[in-house]
Amino acid sequence: MSLEVIGISVLWIFLYGYLIVASIDFGAGFFAFYARMKGKEHTMNALISRYLSPVWEVTNVFFVFFFVGLVGFFPDTAYYYGTALLIPGSVAIILLAIRGSFYAFSNYGSKENIGYLFIYGATGLLIPASLSTALTISEGGFLKETDDGVTFLAGKLLTSPYSWSVVFLSIVSVLFISAAFLTYYANRAGDMASREILRKFALFWSPPTIIASLWVFWSLKNHNEEHFMNAMDIWWMFGLSLLFFALATWLIYRRKQFGLAFISVMLQFFFAFFGYGASHLPYILKPFITIGSSVTNEVMGTALIIVFIAGLLLLIPSLYLLMRLFLFDADYVKGKK
Amino acid sequence: MFTNSHTLGLFYNKGITYEGESVLDSVMISRLLTSSTLIFHIIFATIGVGMPIMIAIAEFIGIKKNDNHYLLLARRWARGFTITVAVGVVTGTAIGLQLSLLWPSFMKVAGQIIALPLFMETFAFFFEAIFLGIFLYTWDRFKGKWTHWFLNLPIMIGSSASALFITTVNAFMNTPQGFELKDGKAIEIDPIAAMLNPATPTKVFHVLTTSYMTMAFILAAIAAYSILMKKGGNYHKKALRMTMTAALVFSLGAALAGDLSAKFLAEYQPEKLAAGEWHFETEKNADLIVFGTIDENNEISNEIRLPGFLSFLAGSSFDTEVIGLNDFPEDERPPLWIHYMFDGMVSIGMFSIFISFLFVLLWKWKKGNEFNKPLLWGIVASGPLAMLAIEFGWIYAEVGRQPWILRGYMKIAEAATRADGVAWIFAMFLALYLMLGILCVVVLIRMFKNKPAEAELEKRFPTDRKEE
Repeated sequence: MSLEVIGISVLWIFLYGYLIVASIDFGAGFFAFYARMKGKEHTMNALISRYLSPVWEVTNVFFVFFFVGLVGFFPDTAYYYGTALLIPGSVAIILLAIRGSFYAFSNYGSKENIGYLFIYGATGLLIPASLSTALTISEGGFLKETDDGVTFLAGKLLTSPYSWSVVFLSIVSVLFISAAFLTYYANRAGDMASREILRKFALFWSPPTIIASLWVFWSLKNHNEEHFMNAMDIWWMFGLSLLFFALATWLIYRRKQFGLAFISVMLQFFFAFFGYGASHLPYILKPFITIGSSVTNEVMGTALIIVFIAGLLLLIPSLYLLMRLFLFDADYVKGKK
Repeated sequence: MFTNSHTLGLFYNKGITYEGESVLDSVMISRLLTSSTLIFHIIFATIGVGMPIMIAIAEFIGIKKNDNHYLLLARRWARGFTITVAVGVVTGTAIGLQLSLLWPSFMKVAGQIIALPLFMETFAFFFEAIFLGIFLYTWDRFKGKWTHWFLNLPIMIGSSASALFITTVNAFMNTPQGFELKDGKAIEIDPIAAMLNPATPTKVFHVLTTSYMTMAFILAAIAAYSILMKKGGNYHKKALRMTMTAALVFSLGAALAGDLSAKFLAEYQPEKLAAGEWHFETEKNADLIVFGTIDENNEISNEIRLPGFLSFLAGSSFDTEVIGLNDFPEDERPPLWIHYMFDGMVSIGMFSIFISFLFVLLWKWKKGNEFNKPLLWGIVASGPLAMLAIEFGWIYAEVGRQPWILRGYMKIAEAATRADGVAWIFAMFLALYLMLGILCVVVLIRMFKNKPAEAELEKRFPTDRKEE
């Protein structure tokens, strides 16, 4: 495999990891606030914070990892995305900063303060929306390069049907992924009251997820026909995604095998996300950056891959330990530890 | 001195010049925004590097001596730590992204060379984050007390290693090496040489020791304040003795690191040392100028002049020749106000050594009373002062390499973003930091105010009260 293919695969895996863990986190914030408003906080919020407390920092690292790796493997992205994303990127950072710190303020500091929880919940939906602009921009058509440098056509982005379809998809997916995971977690904890609420959430958000996905396809066809045709070439990946979606929804509906249901949700997004990524190539940012033209020099690329492998050897056992202690330990999940 | 600065035209995208006021404004605002992010982040980064060490020491003594006071100390510190970690993580994410958002042209070139340490820093941070999550939620989970203590190790390694890697990046910007520039592109890259540049050893040593030292003083200040307010029990007295001992050790380390840093500057970045010391003519037996003021004609007044000491500082001998600022072209000189930063940093460093030494001396000397009021107030002051010294030191280090962003290769003005809206972004971030800063303090105070240590001790270790 060539350097650039390894590079982009590594990055895509981390972005996928972020998509899953961050969705759980973002959605959880929204559900926690909802439960507080409905006066059901005692069951559900204890459950949510039991899961989130030990892992929320790790979530953030997936994201940092992605953008540090992106600049490392493809330095040109720093220039184009850096210039183009000054405003949307900064807004996303500010939202992330507010959310991360307010989580700590409300969870460790001042549990009774509902303001912290509101902001925490609201930012959980705004962040996916603002981060998804980066993906939208990558399709091309929202940047103009002149002698003066790169200009971001914000007005065009705000009026693009494609852009809105992506924003909509990101928000509903977050709620769907999160609800599917928390249903599983509540079931493990034996917290049937929360499980039933979350199950309803999962079922409620599943049709919008699939509608939004189809909407994205349709608007992509109008916005970037080439990408759409590439996607059609690997139609089976999206077919598998749909299949796993159906399996997940069916299992949740029948109240069976919530663990398998969540794995199906992960596979649903895995195939959709990697199908999207594969059909996006060779462009990283159309038309300025392709993976061949912008890859870092070979020495640095090799060094990065060596460090990456060494890092994984360190991280995988650590992540396994974290999950064993807090995700798969029945006593902890039930709140006995 | 740096003839290769003429190749800078290559960085000018599509032959645009950077003349004209509006562009200059955006450079200035980019600088201000980066400074405010760093100034704010450094507070939490320093705590993040220093705190794991202090928690590990307290828990170690607690287990070793079977003393619940220290165990409680470790727990309470860890609890407060979670709040600062949160702010540290989010501001760290901010600076990581701002590098590309505000300095895209710089990252396009240097990104190729510093990708490795940035990548490694993320790994170290990842490692730390995983174990910190485990550490905070497993206090009572393992049978053996040592099992939990061992979780300190990956946290300490992770936090100090991420400081190490990110410091190599900063060191690289001060003394770049391990690449060549051709047509505005970096070639012949040697990632290891770039990381192990001449500035790396002293910078890393200085960053680590001063972080440990600052944290020890801050925790000591809290203990001293509690004693002053409530006349304090055994818990606070033990805390103060432990933190002050650590503070003395770390501040001696920091002083040594500072001395080595000055020698490094004299050899590799003489213009920074010369600007910081108001040293204009290259000469042997150069004077060290302490305090003082300078006017527009570079006339110095009100100073304390230590004859020959700058030479001594630069090379351990009064005969060392120290290069003066006049040897550098005017547009490559750092601003002279950094002298005040240098003075501030060194004075606080001296004060720290003095006060921790005095405390330990009075404690070990049977007739002394290390808990006397003036000394306690001095310790209370030492905490915030140490943090101030961190800020002074970083401002000195960063402004001292002006006008370069990549010393000798790329100036600040060519690296800044040319996108619109920087001023708005600056205002938004400023508001964010203000809000986070205030809330962080409010939450921390509330966290401990309603839960005094004595009450918590009784609750957590009920059998233990008989001992006292």
